[in-house]
Amino acid sequence: MDIQDIIKPENKVYSSPRLLNDSTMHYCPGCSHGVVHKLVAEVIDEMGLEHNAIGIAPVGCAVFAYKYIDVDWIEAAHGRAPALATAAKRLNPDRLVFTYQGDGDFAAIGTAESIHAANRGENIAIIFINNGIYGMTGGQMAPTTLEGMKTATTPYGRNVELNGYPLDITKLLAQLDGTCYVTRQSVHKPAAVRQAKKAIRRAFENSVNRRGCSVVEILGTCSSGWKMTPHQSNLWMEEHMKEKYPVGDLKNIEE
Amino acid sequence: MPKPKGAVIIDTERCKGCDLCVVACPTDCLELQKKEVNNRGYRFAHVIAPENCIGCASCALVCPDACIEVFKVMI
Amino acid sequence: MSQEVKLMKGNEAIAHAAILYGVDGYFGYPITPQSEVLETLEAEMPWKTTGMVVLQAESEVSSINMVYGGAATGKAVMTSSSSPGISLMQEGISYLAASELPALIVNVMRGGPGLGTIHPSQSDYFQATKGGGHGDYHLIVLAPSSVQEMADFVGLGFDLAFKYRTPAMILADGVVGQMMEKVVLPEQRPRRTEEQIARECPWAATGHSKGRKPNVVTSLELDSALMEKNNERFQETYRLIEKNEVRYQAYHIEDAEYLVVAFGSIARICLKAIEDAREKGIKVGLIRPITLWPFPYDAIREASRHTKGILVVELNAGQMIEDVRLAVADPTMDIRHFGRMGGIVPNPSEISAALNRLMNHES
Repeated sequence: MDIQDIIKPENKVYSSPRLLNDSTMHYCPGCSHGVVHKLVAEVIDEMGLEHNAIGIAPVGCAVFAYKYIDVDWIEAAHGRAPALATAAKRLNPDRLVFTYQGDGDFAAIGTAESIHAANRGENIAIIFINNGIYGMTGGQMAPTTLEGMKTATTPYGRNVELNGYPLDITKLLAQLDGTCYVTRQSVHKPAAVRQAKKAIRRAFENSVNRRGCSVVEILGTCSSGWKMTPHQSNLWMEEHMKEKYPVGDLKNIEE
Repeated sequence: MPKPKGAVIIDTERCKGCDLCVVACPTDCLELQKKEVNNRGYRFAHVIAPENCIGCASCALVCPDACIEVFKVMI
Repeated sequence: MSQEVKLMKGNEAIAHAAILYGVDGYFGYPITPQSEVLETLEAEMPWKTTGMVVLQAESEVSSINMVYGGAATGKAVMTSSSSPGISLMQEGISYLAASELPALIVNVMRGGPGLGTIHPSQSDYFQATKGGGHGDYHLIVLAPSSVQEMADFVGLGFDLAFKYRTPAMILADGVVGQMMEKVVLPEQRPRRTEEQIARECPWAATGHSKGRKPNVVTSLELDSALMEKNNERFQETYRLIEKNEVRYQAYHIEDAEYLVVAFGSIARICLKAIEDAREKGIKVGLIRPITLWPFPYDAIREASRHTKGILVVELNAGQMIEDVRLAVADPTMDIRHFGRMGGIVPNPSEISAALNRLMNHES
């Protein structure tokens, strides 16, 4: 069978998400953000929420998320996305309101906003990308940086006596009464991508149906910060990150 | 029993040559260009064994830059 | 229009006026001396009547960012705090200004610096009128001197904020916030509908993007040429506000040989000192800036042409006096400051004494 006989619209099984626009994403080659952006765009489209969604972008590598996914966006100050989302959702209760945040934004500078928005049970979905490093500013230590992990500000590896312990904020948020769905996923393999998409969908459904606060942590990689190839980064993530941050649902309260 | 037969189109200008699709492909269809680069200087992914493609979309799923379209028929 | 006269605190008047104006949301954090704003709103439960959202946030940082998030969706949202809390909010206020978002911030000032005191002060004049946070921006700053003005400036503040797409601030002091006075509240206005917001705020990230391109509210622009253009646009707005929105109260300035300039609660105490002086045949007048930004430079310049000296009275170490100096054309004019700090409010006789020193050229 000729290739041209296969490449026909009716045979298409995968294409770039409709809501992901043509702008070239600024991310480094192999960056997990791109995959998660695709999933967010796909889920919004599949749920028919293109004209009923407000995204809150963070400060960090994903600061320009609003340039790539064609829905309404508000760009927050560093760490404050859950506060913005709180007001956006309370004032517009029928919308999907979601934040998209990295580990520095969500688990360091924004810890107070993250915990209190979750604890109040704000009907928002939080997409939290944990790659254990500050990518945007050049690879410094994040709250989630693993013990012994080398970064620009822990050049000899994270020393817990000096730098404290890696923060598993997702585990902490699962303890709070305001969260209805807390899960940790990854996007390093096709099967993991499919799982992560289901998690994002559940979180978005929870926001629309006002079931409480959903947190979807996604273990990401940062090949530039980790100083590895994208493939090596995936292997390293699988071997090291998952030990401290095991993948799976931490909390899932059904309707 | 019908077998899946697939094909992919790669947006080579959008590709950043991260290699993740090459790793993800279960039937070794893809490779990064050895010398040729796109306008932004990346050694982009291309199909080296189209006959192997089963249209599983693994390459597209893991592609961070949404460069890959996948087609599939059962024959 | 109902003319029912009520007796209440300035802080309570803010809360009632907010509900009656049809404000969509209030987000705040308790701090003395303004906690009655949030307390009154929680007690009134406006979510059951107008649908107004009221939320006690976990911090002032969170409050102002909730205001940012709400304002970005085109809603009329506000917060209130007092000096240290306003310092915490400055980053968010800068973002509001940079994203050209209308919002209302109420600062019921207390004495600083630092934790300072809970007693009244006007020492946030610089913080309010000169930017406050990072970057080139201004807030429209309204300075009420009565409980009636506390109520009136909620509506005025929102009207101006939406007209110019810029945040406005009510800069009150602890005296105006805490004192009880007669007030006539406005009629209840309905909150704006979704359709109105879509029409009047076409820039808003409402989430309802059908029939238009997606809206993005952001203060970020890494292209230097475009960022300069953004700044030029902000400055054009500020020039327009300076041209159109200067407000002040003038009292006996026509024949004044001496001029007092004061804002907020202390201006009322100055009025008593001026009346006492007039009874003695001394021609003293008052200019009370109502908008601290835009500042009434022209009015003060004009009034100063036939005066021998100017006394600026403030509850601080001398902040507004810098703008009075900028306003006055004559570099030899005797411009003096009289102020109390630490939460002390002077009585009229202290101001009369300061006036006498000015008239007698005593230091």
